[in-house]
Amino acid sequence: MKNKFWQNGEPFVWGTGAALTLILLLTFYLLFIIFKNGIAVYWPCPLVLFDMEDGSSYLGEVVKDNEYDNKLRHQVKIANRDLYSLDFKWIDASAISQKSTPKDATVLERDEYGNFHGFLSSLNLPNLSVKDGVLWPRFTAALAALAPDTAKIEDIQDELKRLNYRLERLDLKIAKRTYDGEVGTPVLLDLMKKKESLHHDFDLLVARLASLEAKLLKNTALFKDATGQEQVIPLASIVRAYRPNDMSVFAKAFIYLDKVWELFFAEPRESNTEGGLFPAIFGTIILIFIMSILSFPLGVLAGIYLREYAKEGFLVRLVRIAVNNLAGIPSIVYGIFGLAFFVYGIGSSIDQLFFPQYLPAPTFGTGGILWASLTLGLLTVPVVIVATEEALGAIPSGLRESSFALGSTKFQTLTRILLPMASPGIMTGFILAMARAAGEVAPLMITGVVKLAPSLPLDANFPFFHLDRKFMHLGFHIYDIGFQSPNVEAAKPMVFVTTLLLLGIVILMTSSAIVLRNKMKKKFAVTH
Amino acid sequence: MTMNDPEQAIVAIDDPIVQMEDLCLYYGQAQALFDLTFDIPRHQVTALIGPSGCGKSTFIRCINRMNDLIDGLSTTGSINLDGVNIFDRAVDVIDLRRRVGMVFQKSNPFPKSIYENVIFGMRIGGVSEKPILDETVEKSLRRAALWDEVKDRLHDSAMGLSGGQMQRLCIARAIAVSPEVILMDEPCSALDPRSTAHIEDLIRDLNGEYTIIIVTHNMQQASRISDYTAFLYEGELIEFGHTKKVFTVPVKKATEDYITGRFG
Repeated sequence: MKNKFWQNGEPFVWGTGAALTLILLLTFYLLFIIFKNGIAVYWPCPLVLFDMEDGSSYLGEVVKDNEYDNKLRHQVKIANRDLYSLDFKWIDASAISQKSTPKDATVLERDEYGNFHGFLSSLNLPNLSVKDGVLWPRFTAALAALAPDTAKIEDIQDELKRLNYRLERLDLKIAKRTYDGEVGTPVLLDLMKKKESLHHDFDLLVARLASLEAKLLKNTALFKDATGQEQVIPLASIVRAYRPNDMSVFAKAFIYLDKVWELFFAEPRESNTEGGLFPAIFGTIILIFIMSILSFPLGVLAGIYLREYAKEGFLVRLVRIAVNNLAGIPSIVYGIFGLAFFVYGIGSSIDQLFFPQYLPAPTFGTGGILWASLTLGLLTVPVVIVATEEALGAIPSGLRESSFALGSTKFQTLTRILLPMASPGIMTGFILAMARAAGEVAPLMITGVVKLAPSLPLDANFPFFHLDRKFMHLGFHIYDIGFQSPNVEAAKPMVFVTTLLLLGIVILMTSSAIVLRNKMKKKFAVTH
Repeated sequence: MTMNDPEQAIVAIDDPIVQMEDLCLYYGQAQALFDLTFDIPRHQVTALIGPSGCGKSTFIRCINRMNDLIDGLSTTGSINLDGVNIFDRAVDVIDLRRRVGMVFQKSNPFPKSIYENVIFGMRIGGVSEKPILDETVEKSLRRAALWDEVKDRLHDSAMGLSGGQMQRLCIARAIAVSPEVILMDEPCSALDPRSTAHIEDLIRDLNGEYTIIIVTHNMQQASRISDYTAFLYEGELIEFGHTKKVFTVPVKKATEDYITGRFG
């Protein structure tokens, strides 16, 4: 009986099941952690006022509790970095004399120094016509009344960016003509004149911007912190203000959605620890997109050659082994190769051939989205090759034979029978490649990713696609804000949010590819 | 097995379409076919019988040069199709395969619609006029006795057909390009008796219009559907003649032994 138990492989079945369960548990736990921490970041927390026994008080959000030396303590985000120089404080539960959640406790999100926690005390609005009345409604009305002016400021800033871009291009044109030996030609003089007039426009705009900003900055609010310390805060520096202790669930949900919107579509603030992730999302997607355009056709063609045209032999087997091993090389090695070959090799040559006038400032001879995409393409191409080869090899030989027997050429067989049938398998490889590329950070760090890119690789300025530009990336963003930011503790929520977002993008891209693959599978399924 | 009495064991054909002359075939160094010399009659059904591994399939795959796909395979001698040696450099293998169609042991329709399967040969030949294609589909499917079963779902996937229907579809696909010769490599070996009967009816029906060369392991089938029978043994042609004669009064002892089931 016992012997039979072992012979039937019962323990083996249990073992296989246990292995799978363990893997699933770990995966779900990982997802759970990311979700739990990421999804709640933007939900407004109550502000707790701690009155301590030694007479001091703190106003903040309780981040977490733990036991230290058998004593309970709370970690509280007290914000007000400009006042306390610390965002977080550990508070011993035993030293608290009173805890309360005052309704008028206010959270201000500012474009500098992080959040402010305090109480609105008075308003000074020399340039705004806001009706008198209760303080808080007046304050929110004043914030709303700023909107047209802030929009104007943004417009001017955009215009300045455009002017700046045009100036840069003019400078480059002049540099090229000067490099070519032109002195005082009419064209050159014309360019100079244009440059001068642009400079003039630029200066005018800067002056206008400065006066607008100065005017706006005069509108201030006086806030008091938990200890009564006063702080004058210009309204223009307030991004968002709310009183979490006096909000309905709907009001909180509105703040939440507003912040999620900001996350997707706004630029980062405060060295990336606040604000949106739009440039990083955009950079990640564009990177994967360019990478796919490069690696997919290359890999599929190489796979086709290896399986269908190359004569089976020592050399082909060697190539196959090499391709398989290529997929296992640490990605940083690809990064170094990309840096040496693409950036310093090809990029520098391009600069010398086509942009010598700008040297020593590099154009393509420095990291950029094109080189990063190429490096990632190189990294993922083996996966596509292997998948293509395997998908082609899995097609029953009878189908090839019947195609040939009907008088089709190898090319016709390939394009009409084999490739459509192999397409689901090729897609699988492509999905794997995409997922791998989306998660890579190491090779990007040395081929063009930056923590803050001034402009996107795709914009309204001719020629629209700027493949030489540096870019932002969600994966790098996680590393940067999590480990390189000046205020790691404050950046922690953002790390989870970014991770969640990266995960979401990968899942979105791969699942859409999977849907496409299943459609193909249905179409080209062979039942035998 | 000595080659005594070749005159008697291998009959001559009046109106041959395919003529083998000293056909030898080698897989690398190993010889698989030995000096095959005989003629296939036009518009008749010729059955190839013999024990497994005797070279029947290898032989018929020579006639449309399917063996070109196999590395390290070489042939000597000649196969003449209407007097032209198909191994000649000037012969276009694509053209040859349009003239010599093939149906395989395992039915293998393409994962396309029934319609697209039938016209595959025409499409790759560059025909794209819809009326012609429509007409070919109907004609070929009728010829393959499949039309009535599939006429309402021509644009459904061929993968939804039964095994027997798939094989008839493969025959329809082969007929669609109007070949002169159709090679059949054990077309019924994977089918149930009912489907087999269907295919046999079909082959009898095509007799007189197409030259059919069929490999079969089923003696009854060979005697039922063929006009001529060739018996191959270990790569050599032992006997070739009228089916009736081969099955009733075989010249060679080996033929008799095989047919009566004493070996093979």
